[in-house]
Amino acid sequence: MKTVNQKKSSANLVLLSSIILVMDVGLLWAIIKFLCNLKVHSVLYAIIGVLLVVLSVGFIFCSINWVVEQYPDKYKNLIQPFLYIGIAVLLLTMMLLLPAIETLYYSFFNASSSKFVGFSNYLAIFSDSQLIIALRNSALWVLFAATSCVALGLVIATLADRCSYEKLVKTIIFMPTAISYVAAGVIWKFVYFYQPGDQQIGLLNAIVVKFGGEPQAWTTMLPFWNNFFLMLIFVWMQTGYSMVLLSAAVKNIPSEIMEAARVDGAGEIRIFFDIIIPYIAKDIITVTTTIVVFCLKVFDIIQVMTGGQYGTDVVATNFYRQIFMQQNAGYGNTIAIVLLIIVTPVIFINLKNFRKQQGGALL
Amino acid sequence: MKKVTKKIWNLVGIAVLIFSMLLSGCGTNSAGTQLQGEVTPDGGTNSAGTQLQGEVTPDDSTKGYVERAYAGEFKGKKVTIMGSIGDSDLAAFEASVKEFKENTGIDLQYENTKEFEASITIRVDGGNPPDIANFASLGLLSNFAEAGNLVDLKSFLSEDYLKGQYKDSYIDMTTMDSPNGEIMAAAMNRVAVASLVWYPKSAFDEAGYKIPETWDELIQLSEDIVADGGSPWSIAIESGAATGWPAAGWVADMVLRVTSPENYDKWVAGELSFTSPEIKKAFEKMSEIWKNEDYVYGGSKSIVSTNYGDAVQPLFTNPPKAWLHKQANFMIPFFPSDAVAGEDYDFFQLPSIDPEYGIPVVIKGDMYAMFNDRPEVRAVMEYFTTADSIKQWIMMGGTIAPMNGAEDSWYTTDVLQRVAKVLKNADTIRYDASDAMPATVGAGTFWKGIVDYFSDTLDLDAALEEMQSGWNNVED
Amino acid sequence: MWFLPTFGLFVTSFRPAKDILETGWWNILPHKDWETTEQIQLPKDTNLREPITVGDQTFTTKELTQGITVDGKRYIWENNMARLINVQEKRWTTNINFTLDNYKAVFGGKEYNIKQPDGTTIKVKGSNMTRSFLNTLASAVPSTIFPVLIATLAAYGFAWMKFPGKKLMFLIIILLLVVPVQVVMSPVLKGFTFLGLNGTFLGIWIAHTAFGLPLPTYYMYNYISQLPREIFESASIDGAKKSTIFMRMVLPMSVPALASIAIYQFLWVWNDYLVSLCFLGGRDEVKVLSMDIANLVGTRGNDWYLLSSAAFISMIVPLTVFFSLQKYFVRGLVGGAVKG
Repeated sequence: MKTVNQKKSSANLVLLSSIILVMDVGLLWAIIKFLCNLKVHSVLYAIIGVLLVVLSVGFIFCSINWVVEQYPDKYKNLIQPFLYIGIAVLLLTMMLLLPAIETLYYSFFNASSSKFVGFSNYLAIFSDSQLIIALRNSALWVLFAATSCVALGLVIATLADRCSYEKLVKTIIFMPTAISYVAAGVIWKFVYFYQPGDQQIGLLNAIVVKFGGEPQAWTTMLPFWNNFFLMLIFVWMQTGYSMVLLSAAVKNIPSEIMEAARVDGAGEIRIFFDIIIPYIAKDIITVTTTIVVFCLKVFDIIQVMTGGQYGTDVVATNFYRQIFMQQNAGYGNTIAIVLLIIVTPVIFINLKNFRKQQGGALL
Repeated sequence: MKKVTKKIWNLVGIAVLIFSMLLSGCGTNSAGTQLQGEVTPDGGTNSAGTQLQGEVTPDDSTKGYVERAYAGEFKGKKVTIMGSIGDSDLAAFEASVKEFKENTGIDLQYENTKEFEASITIRVDGGNPPDIANFASLGLLSNFAEAGNLVDLKSFLSEDYLKGQYKDSYIDMTTMDSPNGEIMAAAMNRVAVASLVWYPKSAFDEAGYKIPETWDELIQLSEDIVADGGSPWSIAIESGAATGWPAAGWVADMVLRVTSPENYDKWVAGELSFTSPEIKKAFEKMSEIWKNEDYVYGGSKSIVSTNYGDAVQPLFTNPPKAWLHKQANFMIPFFPSDAVAGEDYDFFQLPSIDPEYGIPVVIKGDMYAMFNDRPEVRAVMEYFTTADSIKQWIMMGGTIAPMNGAEDSWYTTDVLQRVAKVLKNADTIRYDASDAMPATVGAGTFWKGIVDYFSDTLDLDAALEEMQSGWNNVED
Repeated sequence: MWFLPTFGLFVTSFRPAKDILETGWWNILPHKDWETTEQIQLPKDTNLREPITVGDQTFTTKELTQGITVDGKRYIWENNMARLINVQEKRWTTNINFTLDNYKAVFGGKEYNIKQPDGTTIKVKGSNMTRSFLNTLASAVPSTIFPVLIATLAAYGFAWMKFPGKKLMFLIIILLLVVPVQVVMSPVLKGFTFLGLNGTFLGIWIAHTAFGLPLPTYYMYNYISQLPREIFESASIDGAKKSTIFMRMVLPMSVPALASIAIYQFLWVWNDYLVSLCFLGGRDEVKVLSMDIANLVGTRGNDWYLLSSAAFISMIVPLTVFFSLQKYFVRGLVGGAVKG
């Protein structure tokens, strides 16, 4: 008798699931079709669009979730996670992963993607002096720009935490983050600007001249060091990012721990190294990972300031030039893959962290 | 356990189903539009309709597409153009085509992008090209021709018609290899004469300087200016991602002055190496000016770090901080707005070095290439081969017409009329080398090597080798 | 140090074009500069190629070109061709010409003179920014909300649920952080063209959502995985559903992190140029602010000083967003006590 009941209910469940699915799919289809054809002013479109998408996706999520909740625990626990990660995984697969795999595939082809060339693009990397400079510069960027971003962000986040005009400091540090790369390019053009004659409109040269120095063409005529002048722009822009994220982490440190340490007579510097850093280590890894990735992908600053000339090329600008300006798809895609290979150590660290974390995962 | 796996697969299946439904939702819709398009009397509205129009060859009707457009046949049709012109040039474009748009009813939309190379590549690869693209480089254009993305203009414009519109050299320049044999890949629409040296006329005359007829006189003039406490040349090559191109224009002019046009063509085609004595000589001659810190306003530091657009400013100070600036006539809009042609500025042609090769002319040009074959696009393309399409632009002083149909009276100043005459009377006209070479070299190692050489990073031989190395990556 | 470059831009954006290109912005402050006090007219036939006698002193032309200082007075050519010399002394001066022209050009569109066949000129106005401003909002706001919500859902799944292939998927997400968006655009555009999503705001939302997704997912995972374990344990013992835990606990507790990452995503979308251009296009009805700004500079970059005001205008909205979300940063909702 029991088995019959079970069978009956599972049959019902299957029926119910199917109905809900068909309904959801229909709803989604209708909404997308509607939005594809909707011809109204952009603002109105956005309002309608957001409402429709949020409501319909919310409804679809809830309805499927409701059905899944009816399932026996064994199935429920297996299916439910996919409900949560599903949308993200689906979007990422369709829009990023598959195209990226296509890139990998075409890195084995020639410039116009018409002939299979095996590993010759990869071998070409080692004889491409330009790319080697780009790789060196990217390494410099990660080493100096990324490190200073995180370090500065951390110090400022910690100091701002106990400072009475915290908001003001944070705002000033964050402001450059809100600036587009194009705008940042203009701002720093006014700092690094060089022109012949004694009247300098660039801030840096004006200061140099004031102290009796010779004006310099900072980003062009100072091989090797010009990279650091470009990095300064990046640090200026991205420290705001690391500061905001790290300061959220610092705020989560229980004040009792700090108090206890102070009672024990620990100095502020010891507190910083022995308590704050270990406590927010995970956040530091996260922020460092993202900043390192930004550094490897840094493109606009260099494109705007030097176009990758004067020995300031990095992997991302080299990639862009190869693939678009020189129409060299095969080699350009190879460089993109090199970018992925470079980042493996960072992923490894994250994976270790992930494994540690997973000890705590429920269910 | 098996059941569970099945459930999971069901779920995956469902997800895929949802997504594919999502796709078909929009897909159906766009297919519907296409269908509607094809029902209209004059054929399809998309490239899928190409075959349909294949039957409508130019021989079928004695009327040209422009004529049919003016008759209102393509009223309400949309034609998109993508290019990199912006700001005042875009205004000039709009002013020029206004009459055509109004009288034909064709909705001509110019989409401008500062990242033209990237946008056009992505759009073409993504199967969504604009109807027409505005190229400024033959090298880039040839990539699309070779990939078979372009429509052959000769498929609807007759040889005779084209010969009536253009000098042969323009037709030759834009004739390119494609998978379907040689095609006319684009219509040259606007050109700029690059071999011009601008100078502040009244100050120049007042100082008693004479226009040099030979290279030696040019060097002597530079010496004189230095002796008078001035800087002869204003030179700048900074141009963001394209840094180096103004120097490449110089090199093209120098090469044509130290060797034959045939060698120039070989050099552009990659058959004559950058490291050959001919090309090296051109660089050495150029260095007489470029590498002389006294001759160049601000010295080499200024060459590599000044934006090329700012380079004309020193000519217009009083007294001029620099006296000579070689650049194409598209620099005129960069001159101070109150500068008077023929008084505040004038030009002379970069003099010859070896009399044997005369005074050749290097040009840069803007051309339109066609990606989608529809009747209204054909009409617009045909229109672009006529001088009328840039009449307003010419009158604004921003460009020179390559078409035979342009009248001298359209050029509003004497200076511009003489620029046009230079082009008309030239024996040797060549397209700017860096724009004509494959982009890997022309927009790649060529610029790169130039910048490295003039920023003193590499010596000449090493720089020439770097420039040549780009050819290794070019496939046959 | 952090503020100075931006402040410089702010001042610059109010200065006339000529001043921008000739003097530094700090010249608005009182400073000592050379000022011409008298002029010396030499005979017109003075030979410039020989030493030049001025009063009781002798200079070379080169010295006069660069300016030579004797007893606090500087001798410099006003015009070497006219043989006119300026004698200058250091005086206090300020340079305070301010103008709204740069902002007018940006807001109202530039004016161009177009010559007519009959010789008259007409003025044509370039497009103004109001429409693109609204378009940018219409593109950026949903493109911020969607990815952040989807990422939070996914992060919750990754942090507190068990399922097969989890580690691999997480690894791929970090890897996707690095993929340059340019490599995936052609294939995606192909799909969009097929679906008819091109040029619709829905299309740009999907594009921005997907391209921006790895970062918030990664970041939110880090945050949510650090939420105190006891909360989830006690909640599931009480029989709360996963969806309830998510809505009632995870979301509210993640507000500070959500706010920070939302700002970042918003900035990215707000300043984006290439993605919008390819998926939305540059038509007037849909074009975004960054396209207008790019256009402003001119085909050959001749008006780059106009960027000073344009940059400021484009900063206003992101800064507003920052200020409005700032209060969430300081609210330590999780609190130290519950951190596990």
